Amino acid sequence: MQKAQIKHPFLTRRDIIGYAILAAVIFVLFPAILDSFRLNLFGKYLTYAFVAVGLTLCWGVGGILSLGQGIFFGLGGYCMAMFLKLEASTPENTAIQSTPGIPDFMDWNQLTALPWWWEPFYSLPFALLAVVAVPVIFAFIISFAMFTRRVSGVYFAIITQAVVAILAILIIGQQGYTGGVNGITDLRTLLGWDIRTEEAKTTLYFVNAVLLFTVLFVAQFVRKSKMGRLLIAMRDQEDRVRFSGYNVASFKIFIFCLGAAFAGIGGAMFTLQVGFMSPTLIGIVPSIEMVIFCAVGGRMSIIGAVYGALLVNWAKTTFSESFPELWLFGLGALFIAVVMAFPNGLAGVWVEKIEPLIKKFWPGGAKDTVAPAAKPNPAE
Amino acid sequence: MSDTKKPNGINNLSRRAVLAGGAALSASLFTPKMLRASDFPTDVVNTTGLAVTDTTVTCGILHSVTGTMAISETGSVQAEKLAIEQINAQGGILGRKVEYIQEDGASDWPTFAEKARKLLVNDKVASVMGCWTSASRKAVLPVFEQHNGFLYYPTFYEGLEESPNVIYTGQEATQQIIAGLDWVNQTKGAKSFYLLGSDYIWPRTSNKIARKHIENFMDGCKVVGEEYYPLGHTQFNSVINKIRLRKPDVIYAIVVGGSNVAFYKQLKAAGIDPSEESPIVLTISVTEDEIRGIGGENVDGAYACMKYFQSLENENNQEFVKAFKEMWGEDMVIGDVTQAAYLGPWLWKAAVEKAGSFDVDKVREASPGIEFTGAPEGYVRIHENHHLWSKTRVGRAKADGQYEVVYETADLVEPDPFPEGYQ
Repeated sequence: MQKAQIKHPFLTRRDIIGYAILAAVIFVLFPAILDSFRLNLFGKYLTYAFVAVGLTLCWGVGGILSLGQGIFFGLGGYCMAMFLKLEASTPENTAIQSTPGIPDFMDWNQLTALPWWWEPFYSLPFALLAVVAVPVIFAFIISFAMFTRRVSGVYFAIITQAVVAILAILIIGQQGYTGGVNGITDLRTLLGWDIRTEEAKTTLYFVNAVLLFTVLFVAQFVRKSKMGRLLIAMRDQEDRVRFSGYNVASFKIFIFCLGAAFAGIGGAMFTLQVGFMSPTLIGIVPSIEMVIFCAVGGRMSIIGAVYGALLVNWAKTTFSESFPELWLFGLGALFIAVVMAFPNGLAGVWVEKIEPLIKKFWPGGAKDTVAPAAKPNPAE
Repeated sequence: MSDTKKPNGINNLSRRAVLAGGAALSASLFTPKMLRASDFPTDVVNTTGLAVTDTTVTCGILHSVTGTMAISETGSVQAEKLAIEQINAQGGILGRKVEYIQEDGASDWPTFAEKARKLLVNDKVASVMGCWTSASRKAVLPVFEQHNGFLYYPTFYEGLEESPNVIYTGQEATQQIIAGLDWVNQTKGAKSFYLLGSDYIWPRTSNKIARKHIENFMDGCKVVGEEYYPLGHTQFNSVINKIRLRKPDVIYAIVVGGSNVAFYKQLKAAGIDPSEESPIVLTISVTEDEIRGIGGENVDGAYACMKYFQSLENENNQEFVKAFKEMWGEDMVIGDVTQAAYLGPWLWKAAVEKAGSFDVDKVREASPGIEFTGAPEGYVRIHENHHLWSKTRVGRAKADGQYEVVYETADLVEPDPFPEGYQ
């Protein structure tokens, strides 16, 4: 497929080492050293990694900074939650309500029948499809409207923020249909399988990990394909790509939709592992946090995104357990330190500090041509 | 990773001495039973592996101390810590010193669920004092039911819930609403009501109950308007214009959080001064804590209907207010929820000692009928449905940020979380 003189293998040697280490950490190390409660927490952190990987492609590679990934994470999560809620709302479980058989929050809001658009969510295949399809369709609408009009950069980021705010207000306002600010809570079983038990949570952790690796490989494939190189070209010199005859908008739309699909899967796994979905996961703050995961990981690095999500969330939990009243300051200090000391994130630390060390002591290794390290360019 | 903060870890000696003094005073109000731990062997009082040792028992405190809810929930944390200190000064529970692990819910519902699971699964706490918003309670509820934890929940709320794993120490909606509406109708002759609130489940459910009561149970009374605004909304001019147009006798306001400040200021700026009582402003969402944000001059003359005001003149309350200020500072104010949070540890102690065990199943079984005569609000008793029998009071806001109590129900009001005829 490729000309002989430019080699772009799907996985370079250092990629293979990177994925192997990550797999060892996620599949072996965490389950070995963590009890089931902590493992479930790390499973939750890893659901954010889906979003961060998508952001790596959109932002790090494609130069499209989205401050609205919470939209897609939330939509995916809500699709899953709607299915689980309907399964939990059997007439027997809800006998105490005025209208048994509908979700409890609908009854509290004086609804007496299930809205028509909830009906298809009785079907698991439909719900699973919706987990990916709804975010993608939504992302397509946003990105089509923006990119075909050549809205980009900061303007695009601001618009994604606005859409996040609108969606959160919509969900909170339509509480009879969405559960409002409480969200969709008290989810119990998936096709009769109790998702609240310790065993189920462990199983879900591994399902989540396998899905994450699938997503990582898709991202890796896109990154290393011609498409990935075009995206980098667009990020750095959009006009040149356009004048070369490429339809820039359609590439951008594709990568944005792909990021949305990843986020949707992450949201669905979040719902399954945490047991509820609420608008606090959609809003502006979580959407910005998701960008922080990506930035801490090093926004060019797919593997870095996973470590970024893990590190930031682990720090959040640990700080807040140790210093319940001061932890936000600690977290803020961490971000400032990372940005000041390592502008290329964890991946930058690896490339600039650790790999030279390895080479020094093991000169035979890591011979591959190093992809040009992310040149620090402004968030655009 | 988790660290247990001992209640006295941060206190200096003099403050402890003061506290012990305050506790001794309040102790004299209840019959002090000094129980010795040796009479209650650990393997007997704790058969389910809770964090109970021969000398200590650990409970959890789970509130937001960061984020937007911190301003409301901090008072609850303070009240709970005060109650725990006083209980320890009296010899603890079953002779065991009460220790606590505090976790921050960070005003974020998934975080509440995560921390609740941590407290129950990792720390094995014997009970949890916590949550404030309905959303946070709904988020932790499945966790408590799954791991059989025991939660004392302090906020007045919408009802429609009766979990075997929760004791609701605040009022449910009917307790708070009906008495106030009857009072304003009977003493002020109010006939028409304009309902408004923030747009989430508590104001909506409360207004639904208010509307049903006004239309079905109050002769000749009617609702002339009902509106909701998103949380954090700050533009109330349009509703204020509608209110002027429809001239209700009562504005029934269930606005929460930051919106309160805008609402009362704009109301006053539009020439509707609550102290002129035309229309009367009646609220169930403004406690002394909120007035600090709104400014006493803006709500002067408004009426609030709840179960506790800081100005209550009974001995229990005077002791409580004094001890609270000694522990947390003279400028503190105490609202309804803060007082309800203070009840949690005491009710837990009483239930554990009645059951002779920390096991959650036995504490649950022992809870209905538990009385607390030392409550700042007066006497309370736990109902079969896990809510409290309590009196409802109406207070008139004063410019100094306190309420003057103008009415109190003669008897305790029965909690009725699933009210017939109000659905």
